Amino acid sequence: MDDGRDQQDFERRLAAARAAAEGSGRHKRARSEAGAASRAINLAMRLGVELVAAMVIAVVVGWGLDRLFHTTPWLMILMVPVGMAAGLRNLVRATGTGSGTDKHGA
Amino acid sequence: MAGPSIDALGQFRLTTGLGPLGRAVDFTNSNEAMLASAAIIVILFALGLSRGALVPGRVQALVEILYEFVRNMCVDTIGEEGKRYFPLVFTLFSFILLGNLLGLFPYFFAFTSHIAVTLSLALFVFAFSTGIGFYTHGFRFLKFFVPAGVPVWLLPLLVPIEIISYLSRPVSLSVRLFANMTAGHVMWEVFAGFMLLLTASFGVFGAVTSVVPLGLNVALVALELLVAGLQAYVFAILTCLYLHDAVHMH
Repeated sequence: MDDGRDQQDFERRLAAARAAAEGSGRHKRARSEAGAASRAINLAMRLGVELVAAMVIAVVVGWGLDRLFHTTPWLMILMVPVGMAAGLRNLVRATGTGSGTDKHGA
Repeated sequence: MAGPSIDALGQFRLTTGLGPLGRAVDFTNSNEAMLASAAIIVILFALGLSRGALVPGRVQALVEILYEFVRNMCVDTIGEEGKRYFPLVFTLFSFILLGNLLGLFPYFFAFTSHIAVTLSLALFVFAFSTGIGFYTHGFRFLKFFVPAGVPVWLLPLLVPIEIISYLSRPVSLSVRLFANMTAGHVMWEVFAGFMLLLTASFGVFGAVTSVVPLGLNVALVALELLVAGLQAYVFAILTCLYLHDAVHMH
């Protein structure tokens, strides 16, 4: 007798929980769209810094080598195009091929 | 010209904390914030995992979500070997996340807004992943700098490019976190100072129009909350990517 009522109660709660789970499924889809957007933002934030960082490192390395070998401006000037190329390499690596996720292009 | 002025960078000044004892050993407010964020993480986990209930409560659910989030990030990015580096990635992620979030509160210090802090974190990650690379592959790890399938006469040009690209990693890693946190806090300060300037210069009219910068600041809080989480995530996932490169060499 009491079991029957418990069973009924259980069925009712199960149905409610299923409905809630379906609702949260829809919620999850919306969240994954938001996740894609935030991934895009994080990629966009990365790109600018990647480009500049390679340039900075190249110039610093060139400057250091110049001090070492007493060849003052030349190695630094030589490193500038190398730094640009390395920055572009970083960009290609960061964006990857095709997908906007963090997979590798290399 | 007297009156209020905008001191946007004053909030990043280091002062000593913990009274005379702190002054004696140069214990700064930045160190205080670091200790606080580490303590919060440890206490949160101690609280959340103490019960170990099958159906988690609020704190336990939060702790488990954090754990699973970072664990999935490690395994997805690095592969099965990622489990070994999970403690490192999780420590970095939670420390930076808590630091960013604590810094959002008024009168709290955002230690991630100092390049000294972020650069040392990034240099540690860089040194660690390079060490893992050499440990796993020995001197064959140097082939990482030689792109596969290019003619030999191009190598003198490509190898320096790869090396510079590799060396730029700690710079981009640290500057990104530091710049995002600093920029956000400076914007807050500028808008808040602008409200004071408006009120001081235009009286009641200025006080009414300063609703606009106030509204902008409210919107900025939401943006900064997003940035705080996002930058901690970016730092952690880039750590994973670098470890992936060190383990798999491609």
